[in-house]
Amino acid sequence: MGDLNTQMLDKYRNNFLREVEEKVDDGDWVKMCMQCGVCAGSCTFGPDWEHTPQKIFMMIRAGKREEVLTSHSMWLCTSCYNCMVRCPRKLPITHIMHGLASYAHRLGLAPKNQPTRDFSMIFWENCTKTGRVNELKMTISVYFREGFVSGIKKMWTLRNIGRGLFFAKRLNPLELFVSHGCKDKDGLRRALKKADEIEARRRGYAVQPRGYSS
Amino acid sequence: MADMKTAAYICKGCGIGERVDTAQMAKIATKEGKMHLVREHDFLCSAAGVQLIRDDIDKEGVTHAVIAACSRRAKTEAFYFPSAAVARANIREGVIWARPDTAEARETTQEMADDYLRMGCGELKKMKLPGGNPDTGHAKRLLVVGGGVSGLTAALEASKTGYQVVLVEKSGSLGGWAATLHKRMPVREPYADPQDSGMNELIAAVKGDRNIKVHTNAVIAKTDGAPGRFKVDISVESGSSVTEEVGAIVQATGFTTYDIAKLPELGGGKSANVIDQATLERLAADGAAKGQPIRRPGDGGEVNTVVFVQCAGQRDESGKHLAYCSGFCCGASVKQAMYFKDANPAINTVVIYDDLRMPGNGEDFYRSAQRKGVIFTKGKVTSVEAQGQGCEVKFRDLILDEDATIAGADLVVLATGQVPNSGVNIDIPEEEVAKMEVKPVSILNLTYRQGKDLPQLTQGFTDSHFICFPYETRRTGIYSAGPVRRPMDVAQATEDAAGATLKAIQAMENAGLGRAAHPRSGDLSYPIVQLDGCTQCKRCTVECPFGAIDEDEKRYPVFNESRCRRCGTCMGACPVRVISFENYSCDTVGAQIKAVDVPDEFSEKPRILVLACENDAYPAIDMAGMQKNCYSAFVRVIPVRCLGSVNTIWITDALNAGYDGIMMLGCKHGDDYQCHFVKGSELASVRMSKVDDTLKQLSLEAERVISHEVAITDIARVPQLINDYAAKINEIGMSPLKGFA
Repeated sequence: MGDLNTQMLDKYRNNFLREVEEKVDDGDWVKMCMQCGVCAGSCTFGPDWEHTPQKIFMMIRAGKREEVLTSHSMWLCTSCYNCMVRCPRKLPITHIMHGLASYAHRLGLAPKNQPTRDFSMIFWENCTKTGRVNELKMTISVYFREGFVSGIKKMWTLRNIGRGLFFAKRLNPLELFVSHGCKDKDGLRRALKKADEIEARRRGYAVQPRGYSS
Repeated sequence: MADMKTAAYICKGCGIGERVDTAQMAKIATKEGKMHLVREHDFLCSAAGVQLIRDDIDKEGVTHAVIAACSRRAKTEAFYFPSAAVARANIREGVIWARPDTAEARETTQEMADDYLRMGCGELKKMKLPGGNPDTGHAKRLLVVGGGVSGLTAALEASKTGYQVVLVEKSGSLGGWAATLHKRMPVREPYADPQDSGMNELIAAVKGDRNIKVHTNAVIAKTDGAPGRFKVDISVESGSSVTEEVGAIVQATGFTTYDIAKLPELGGGKSANVIDQATLERLAADGAAKGQPIRRPGDGGEVNTVVFVQCAGQRDESGKHLAYCSGFCCGASVKQAMYFKDANPAINTVVIYDDLRMPGNGEDFYRSAQRKGVIFTKGKVTSVEAQGQGCEVKFRDLILDEDATIAGADLVVLATGQVPNSGVNIDIPEEEVAKMEVKPVSILNLTYRQGKDLPQLTQGFTDSHFICFPYETRRTGIYSAGPVRRPMDVAQATEDAAGATLKAIQAMENAGLGRAAHPRSGDLSYPIVQLDGCTQCKRCTVECPFGAIDEDEKRYPVFNESRCRRCGTCMGACPVRVISFENYSCDTVGAQIKAVDVPDEFSEKPRILVLACENDAYPAIDMAGMQKNCYSAFVRVIPVRCLGSVNTIWITDALNAGYDGIMMLGCKHGDDYQCHFVKGSELASVRMSKVDDTLKQLSLEAERVISHEVAITDIARVPQLINDYAAKINEIGMSPLKGFA
């Protein structure tokens, strides 16, 4: 996907604000920020952010493309919507953060091994396969994300919870072999594909099969 | 006065009858107060009660009445008897509401009520019915100085109200700065786009108005007289002089832009592509006339990037530039950025601001600019330097906290501020003026003893009581409007002009009736001076905050009563006490001080005199009573017009009469003064600082005379101050001067 990044760099030269307005969900709101800092003060993760939403907006206007798109910050958003409720200019801040993260991911600039990003990808893979989340498989994928040994360690730490879930009939080991699915799996895939096409058309991307494999 | 007939009316309503013995008070009024007529009434402010007083005035020939009821601030309409001198004894707010309703407090509460009645009787006998200032002028024309948006609006508003106007403009054409604007900030919904300034219509309206006489290319050579009878010599273009008689003056002389050449670090005066907002307005207007976009002034090249630098030479803490915010320039830059964006959205416009201040509906306008793609960056510009055909702007980004650069700016617009055109600063001594390279030019050329122009407060703006009475200057009948008063934009200046005009009309009308202008509007008393006792010490002429007192050839003071605000500062200043008002004088207050019954040294009942400013401190004490915030029963409060009117003889009298302490409550003074008479409380504090020596000579403690600054809102604080002081007096003991008076 590096290609897309080069294309966008070419297209927008140094006008990153325009790029965000055109390519990022709700990106046309960025220019309306008045830099009051209420979002930064409201954020539950405030002190942990590398750049608060206020700074991200300022960086976009200052044309700091690389810094914004490779930032960990938007990935830390927990969607609590505190900033969005409080923003005096009514900016959909939460949505913009997700939009920026998604755009960075699409361009291949999102930070590698970012836990939120990894989890999102695993979740999406998992649920689009059958139309239902296979919790067992997803948990295992998340645990073993960083290798075999760390996976085993994580499982060991949480063994009692696992046992509890099993006896409470909330965890069925057979799911590892036979996944439950939704009723019309093909219909779901067609819907997702259509959505992809619409998004690509709106944002001007070449349609890229995202591998909704069966 | 031979035919003086006095009467005392004691009200028993509002609980007075239950709390104090009014029969005893009536006895005191007769025996000690020597009132010819004494009446008690259950409900004095009722129609029947008021009729009783009115009948006594009409049929019994009562000329002087003391009403012992509520505060002088209450029931003013019911107890309005224009044909009799009226004193009020404050028994309700000042006694029964300020004292606890307990058996042990009853005795001291009664003493308080008795004393206030004695004081009222004493004051009454020294009062005369004010007859109104005979030195009136009846000119009802208004002089407007300055033909900018403020001046034009003032002239038009006065004309609409039915008054004749003389308008004087220094330059050859009307319109001032506002006429040079390409467009102005919007004043109507949806506040999204710059709009036509409307100045052509305004100028045409003034020129076509038969009530308005316009002198262009004209300056004022001399302003003489007082409200209602100003004589103004106007030097007109031909070199000749015209004399106009006017009743009041509105000074709307506007501002000059801060000189951009004083900002070399921001490229001012160094690069042709660094301009101020006024220059950009001209470029925009010229471009629009030719149907061309705005071009680079340096080489006529195309403009692709414009940087607006806010607060250029403003809000400066180093003392080199303007210390204040001019308030209009954020809006102006937003508007000017739109000139570019509206013509071509591809032009990059950046506004570098520290705090964006968009008063009024400016916030909508700001949003509109953001929607149009104007970039706003919070930062502080450190340097602007010529680079190639354009400029390089270096700044500190205050959000990202890093240094940043905008290279290749074709145009840099500096938002410089407004410098008021307020003429000569009369507080600068003549020796220093002589040393100045550029001599300040007077605007009004007043013949007043205290100087040629309106007094200034700070930063060169004409003094105005910015909280309560914005248009009032320290020269009665002369009002300032627009940016000469404080920095402002067109919309604010328009509103300001209308306000100042209405105040000017009030001043003319009051002057014609021999009455005071603000803040004692309608007061018929005026200062009367017995010149045969005058020692020509000049304190009154120097200290009058309103320049009302001139000097004649023999160096005696000449009172211009129409310029007077009736504060009594001259009365307080006069060492030989020859200045008085008919209903307020050294005698009226002195009589009150002497009327109080001062118990002997061994009674454990000290007496504390409180001299309270009637504008703020006295209402605060009244309101403390209303809130039942009780205070010591040993105080006797006398309202004064202003602490400036407090004559030191009152202090001497009180100490000689055996008072144990004197407390003066006045308004805040200094640059952010709250004194209604501007200088009164300040002068009082200077005078009282000299009392300490006198106290020492009398071997009295310095704490026997104290003063406090209080505000009208100090409803809880004032009783506390009084109680603290009563405790202090208890500590230092009773005055040794009792029993000699």
